[in-house]
Amino acid sequence: MSLLTSARRAGSARDSMGAQPMIELVGVSKSFASLLALAPTDLAFAPERTTVLIGPSGCGKSTLLRLIIGLMQPTAGEVRFEGTPVRPANLIAMRRRMGYVIQEGGLFPHLTARENILLLARHLRLSAKESDARLAELRELTRLPSETLSRYPVELSGGQRQRVSLMRALMLRPEVLLLDEPLAALDPMVRSTLQAELKAIFQELRQTVILVTHELAEAAWLGDEIVLLRQGRVVQAGDFASLRDKPADPFVAEFFKAQRTLAPG
Amino acid sequence: MRASVLILVPVLVAAPRQAVPAPSQAEIIGSKKFTESCVLAEIAKSALQRAGLPAEVRSSIGGTIILWEALRQGGINVYPEYTGTIREVILKERSSSGPEDAADLEGLRRRLESYGIGITGKLGFNNTYALVMRRARARALGIRQISDLRGHPDLVCGLGHEFLGRSDGWAPLCARYGLHMRDVRGVDHTLGYVALAKGEIDLMDAYSTDARIAEDDLLVLRDDLHFFPRYDAVFLYRLDADPRVPAVLRTLEGTLDERRITDLNAAAERTKDYARGAAMYFHQESGGDGGRAVANIARWTGRHLLLVAVSLFASILVGVPLGIWASRPGWIGESVIGATGLIQTVPSLALLALLVSVPFLGISPATAIIALFLYGLLPIVRNTASGIQDIPSPMRESAEALGLEPRACLTKVFLPLASRSILAGIKTSAIIAVGTATLAALIGAGGLGEPILSGLNLNDRVLILEGALPAAALALAVQLLFIALDRVLIPKGLRLNSARS
Repeated sequence: MSLLTSARRAGSARDSMGAQPMIELVGVSKSFASLLALAPTDLAFAPERTTVLIGPSGCGKSTLLRLIIGLMQPTAGEVRFEGTPVRPANLIAMRRRMGYVIQEGGLFPHLTARENILLLARHLRLSAKESDARLAELRELTRLPSETLSRYPVELSGGQRQRVSLMRALMLRPEVLLLDEPLAALDPMVRSTLQAELKAIFQELRQTVILVTHELAEAAWLGDEIVLLRQGRVVQAGDFASLRDKPADPFVAEFFKAQRTLAPG
Repeated sequence: MRASVLILVPVLVAAPRQAVPAPSQAEIIGSKKFTESCVLAEIAKSALQRAGLPAEVRSSIGGTIILWEALRQGGINVYPEYTGTIREVILKERSSSGPEDAADLEGLRRRLESYGIGITGKLGFNNTYALVMRRARARALGIRQISDLRGHPDLVCGLGHEFLGRSDGWAPLCARYGLHMRDVRGVDHTLGYVALAKGEIDLMDAYSTDARIAEDDLLVLRDDLHFFPRYDAVFLYRLDADPRVPAVLRTLEGTLDERRITDLNAAAERTKDYARGAAMYFHQESGGDGGRAVANIARWTGRHLLLVAVSLFASILVGVPLGIWASRPGWIGESVIGATGLIQTVPSLALLALLVSVPFLGISPATAIIALFLYGLLPIVRNTASGIQDIPSPMRESAEALGLEPRACLTKVFLPLASRSILAGIKTSAIIAVGTATLAALIGAGGLGEPILSGLNLNDRVLILEGALPAAALALAVQLLFIALDRVLIPKGLRLNSARS
């Protein structure tokens, strides 16, 4: 069968196996010349859970995401995808099992929204019928008006662009969805609408999600697990309540306090 | 750098040659780019044709060395030359200024034989260098011979570039005569006559059989110290040519004295037709017809377009992949761009001359196409590389993260995003090619440079315009073509982009 359905099959097999992490970082570190971007880190991302990576600018949260999708190679250690180490040799196959959305969407300006979404499916010569069905499904999921599909990225609003980018990432039913500050560039009203929609989408898809944000409210709203990073190190990982109530480090409490004072009310 | 050059070489040698039709069996006669040489070539052609040998002329080829190399490599089989030039320029020895006798010619024949080249006997006239002035001006200053110039160091001298550089040219002449002229300028030979007539220069070098000497009432200054060597006209030919060729050429020996050749030169310049000079030699008139100009312009333009199209196609075919290769960070990319940039710095005439001496190339459209191809590379390589390098990294990473293979990233994302820059590079190359292709006529490759060069030689403005106007129109057409191509080739999404920003 096609790639569109194989992921589902893998997903159902996983349910019975239970404990196997979807993505695992084993002793992964990253340095740029003398600068340490990520200290040796062990992290496991459980299937069907939404994990939020949070921390101040330059804490290494985006680096971590880029190591998973293979846009960077780790200086030491390895990333495993369902137990298989991600290597340059299998990188392209691994990337096709992940979806990646960045802050500005990263849509290709020379293609319409539809062409952006279908780019990889067409490249892999998947059947048009199957692709169109999936496209309709995703359009419903993201509530994108159908006439916007024939527009070019410059003709779309910021929110529409992120919806299209999400559709592109989800097109081949990836097992993992990676989002790097997907809502940071949007104005507050649109952002709050999309936060609500994202949560619904994650729940509906029962998707493994890793999301990077610098905003605690967004992390609390979307994340089952929160991983707080600072200066290239994981400071604490757990659910929102455990981080709030049992900070492992004075920095955790500081971070919460700083963000709470900014919140209204 | 070395690696990139090595990659270029087989491409240069192989690619564009196939686009040029194989040479016919006709004897190819070359000529230099002045009237007398063209007339002599036409005379040789007529003589060969009368003897039943097919022959054609490649006229107005730029310079002795280019012709000599072409002759040695078989690009041409025959061309008219002068004994002084053979000694000075080709064999690099000092000429005698006394008359050539039979023993001298025999010596030349032996030395040329080792190059596989034969030489006929003297055609009968000595076309040596001479210094000329307007007769009235010379008379007013009391100048009759070259040594009289010592008393007039302020005269404006307009000298041909070849004369300025030759070992029997200006500098040794000044040394011999003790001249210290203060104002010496390099001037094209034909334009020099115009400048002399207008009084912009006082003194110029000339060939002693130039038709303009009689027409403009110029005074040839007497070479009172016998500085100038003999320039007896002869034909050079390949020894492996059909034996009937030298036999026919030999029938021309001793048939042209100074008076006769000056008349033929004058007739050719007056009628703007070299073949007319040859026809006069054989006592026949060639009928000119009115439709000729249009047919000629069409032929020149067609050839010009062919040169541009073939070379541009090759530049694109090689330049875009090279540009993609050069777009990678690091020394390789910089070297590729550096190497193509280096080619661009070679003056076009020098590049043509260098290529003519490459074995198997010689004077042919292939050589011109290779030169144009080389000139066309830099803008395409540079624009392709910078177009790809300028793609914002989120765009680049999105393509990679999607799971596209490197080749698919390139074809589906990077190249379309760089299309505007690449197309701009191709456009620049096309316009350079349209302009530079006029120089192809210097190596006998035809095109719109042919009427321009002939027009310069014949001082015929109409003929110059017959080449220059279509060339300008072509450049304009290329501009318009690319405006249209922009709409077709640049993705709509990118055009919307630039409209908004």
